[in-house]
Amino acid sequence: MKRILGLWINGRWREEAVAENALLLDYLREGLGLTGTKQGCDGGECGACTVLVDNEPRLACSTLAHSLAGRRVETVEGLATEGNISPLQRAFHEKLGTQCGFCTPGMIMAAEGLLRKNPHPGRDEICGALAGNLCRCTGYVKIIESVEAAAGASA
Amino acid sequence: MNAPETQVKEIANASAPHGVGARRPLVDGVEKVTGTARYTADLPADNALVGLLLRSPYAHAELLEVDISEALALPGVRAVITGDECDMPYGVIPIAQNEFPLARDKVRYIGDPIAAVAAVDEATARLAISRIRLKVRELPAYFKAADARQADAVLLHEKKQGNIEREVHNEFGDVAAGFAAADLVREETYECAEVHHAMMEPNAALAAWDTERGHLTLWSVTQVPYYVHLTLARCMKMEAAHIRVIKPFSGGGFGHRTECLNFEVICGMLARAARGTVRLAQTREESFLAHRGRPESQMRIKLGLKRDGSITACQAEVVQRGGAYGGYGLVTILYAGALINGLYDIPAVKYDGYRVYTNTPACGAMRGHGTVNIRFAFESLLDSMATELGLDQIAARRRNLLKAPTETINGLRVTSYGLGECIDWVEDVSGWAARKGKLGGSGNIRKGLGMACSHFVSGSAKPVHWSGEPHAVIVLKLDFDAAVTILTGASDIGQGSSTVVTQIVAEVLGIDYHRIRVVANDSAVTPKDNGSYSSRVTYMVGNAALDAAENLKRLLVTAAARRLKVEESEVVWYGEAAAVASDPDRHIPFADIAEEALVGTGTLNVKGTFTCPPEFQGGKQRGGAVGSSMGFSYVAQAAEVSVDMDLGIVTVDKIWAAIDCGRAINPMAVEGQVQGAVWMGLGQTLCEETIYENGRHMVPNMLDYRVPTIVESPDIEVHIVESMDPNGPFGAKEASEGPLSGIMSAVAAAVEDATGLRVRALPISPPRVFAAMQEARNAAANEEQAL
Repeated sequence: MKRILGLWINGRWREEAVAENALLLDYLREGLGLTGTKQGCDGGECGACTVLVDNEPRLACSTLAHSLAGRRVETVEGLATEGNISPLQRAFHEKLGTQCGFCTPGMIMAAEGLLRKNPHPGRDEICGALAGNLCRCTGYVKIIESVEAAAGASA
Repeated sequence: MNAPETQVKEIANASAPHGVGARRPLVDGVEKVTGTARYTADLPADNALVGLLLRSPYAHAELLEVDISEALALPGVRAVITGDECDMPYGVIPIAQNEFPLARDKVRYIGDPIAAVAAVDEATARLAISRIRLKVRELPAYFKAADARQADAVLLHEKKQGNIEREVHNEFGDVAAGFAAADLVREETYECAEVHHAMMEPNAALAAWDTERGHLTLWSVTQVPYYVHLTLARCMKMEAAHIRVIKPFSGGGFGHRTECLNFEVICGMLARAARGTVRLAQTREESFLAHRGRPESQMRIKLGLKRDGSITACQAEVVQRGGAYGGYGLVTILYAGALINGLYDIPAVKYDGYRVYTNTPACGAMRGHGTVNIRFAFESLLDSMATELGLDQIAARRRNLLKAPTETINGLRVTSYGLGECIDWVEDVSGWAARKGKLGGSGNIRKGLGMACSHFVSGSAKPVHWSGEPHAVIVLKLDFDAAVTILTGASDIGQGSSTVVTQIVAEVLGIDYHRIRVVANDSAVTPKDNGSYSSRVTYMVGNAALDAAENLKRLLVTAAARRLKVEESEVVWYGEAAAVASDPDRHIPFADIAEEALVGTGTLNVKGTFTCPPEFQGGKQRGGAVGSSMGFSYVAQAAEVSVDMDLGIVTVDKIWAAIDCGRAINPMAVEGQVQGAVWMGLGQTLCEETIYENGRHMVPNMLDYRVPTIVESPDIEVHIVESMDPNGPFGAKEASEGPLSGIMSAVAAAVEDATGLRVRALPISPPRVFAAMQEARNAAANEEQAL
């Protein structure tokens, strides 16, 4: 059964018929074509689908779209402003915090959630915030450096 | 206003930081951080049917009947296919093809695909799968190599006695004399659990069937679009010319995708059967079942050492649990023997290898292919024996360094060798002399330091298919827009291959980075490439890119001379401009040069190639090509660990890794590759292992198959040693596989340094640490009794 769902996606109000049992991940990817949010596992294992809901990191694969009526959802596609990539996106790009790039959107959104709450996190705080986001390429070293660089840049 | 000469140099300098040696971000990095990069599962295909597989619930069974009639009759089901769809066995190695996309006579592991459905939606596809009826006769199944090798074991494949896929028996040098000359001979057994790539992107394919023309287009996650293309043609009995294979962005590979996998062929067959477009998205669990990871290995290894630490002989026996099908198996078992050599100077080596078929998902190539587990055994034993001889473990390794150029006893040519400098750096920064054996600890925590060395090939010198073609081809297109488009079949899987070829072309031509773009991995457009495996891309494709860029530059210099009305020898090339040597005031910009180069000929397509000369293609022995390469990377690394003696938990606090990768085309990318490789090895060292209960995968997800999280991952400090390989592009070698295989034994040595316990089985998880504690207690008790 579809019902009308109204919510903010990347700063735009959306109102459309969405299946009651649709996961946020499927709504974003299939309903809206926002394929930046990735599915890396069979549910809640890897963090690749992390988005922000009212500034808090959330796994889109384990969230019903309808549970977010009226809320503000942000995906990796919404971070750039007027075409300029965000400090975190720039840092991940320039410091090689991304290799294959598949974990990157989730990683960046989890880090974005951290920096909004805590603009100058220590290394342990960065690791704590990204503990649910797996990466198989980088060994995490340059991911940590990317988040640190972004935090420094926005200081 | 600057003088003309200064002006032209400014133009040239603008492009300088983008060439070889620059810490350039990835050329496709912006797409990755903005979410605009499209991976296979992201490709829009609104009308695509949903593909789904029926997988075997039996570990080993004869397939008597697969009844699809009920499934076919369901509304919304567009195709149901079985093993009848394809009677051509496939496999990446031409002499070992024994896999069918869908099982025919038998199923050989739990998860073996039996049938596939294409339906209008997922619910319909699931219903159809549930309506397929199987009749089977179960057979005895074997989940351990030793069980499969028993004399009365049922064979998984015909004519493979003892379920042995491949035996290797080699002896080089006089091993008996070597052991006789040794002051200390020791023999030990080591074990490594099976590990899996767990690349972040689950497998996926999209296939579009053009019924009118009988053409197929397949998009897939593969590292080897060319092998996928060949396998589709073979299994679907189609002309290769009627197939197009495209690899979009790929979410990692690590070897999982270095051969055509069953889901890729099934997707193509489903699209043809359904006469439409089919998306086959695999779950994470299914990626674990496709497997192709590093096999469970038992290793018995014997070394002879002189009092000064020099190695006199090595004898090794390796048994690999290969899983249900051939895949790369025979290469893996050959690699394990071949690359005992090439790291140190060893006068005599005997090797016996056994690759065994078992009723588990097939193993294959995984980062450090074949060399990793044997390196753990070798380095661990060398380390223990150095200690027994009262030698410093680093000094013992230094005693055995090669002197390049040289040829090993099994015919590997080593032409550049920076291992000594790697060891020097690791010794220095880890504070080895002052800290080894002295870290102590407090309470239940004990600290220790250990080190090890490793190496890997920069591309296999002999290709899998002996087609007579060059090892690599690159095409550069220059057109009216004065842009240079690199056309390559090399698969960027995150390692940065597109970035490396761009930097090489930028270096040769000296032009602005933004003038260059890469188009990769579309068989309709890009030249054939063998793919991204055996760390071949930087070396081989890099050399082809270098050749292509030089060929294009020659045409451009000729054009510049024509436009400037001087001899070619009078042209000074600045990349973004060219000037007259005797009169720098006369210069023209690149756009004008490009325009001139197109006069009378139009669009330029300039090719570059690379071919590995036969003398580098290994020894004359059977299988001698495996392990041969034109350049080997060398790595030394040290690990500092803490061991919780109450809980048996090993924490790695810090790793120092030095790599000789020849010239680092992109030092930042090299660091990233080394950190990633060391870390992936660390997962195998500490926590990763597949577990099967009666053939059923017990941990096919990213929670139970434990990969280290960011919290458990140490800082990995990287140092680059540039030995300048005489044949690599600008002196470059590989950087992403060699660093993986040393970490296991470095950590094991550090654990011994901390606790006195030598763990000889991976992963070094708490149960194995406790087992080592128990073994030590038993040994102490026995000693006491003996007194």
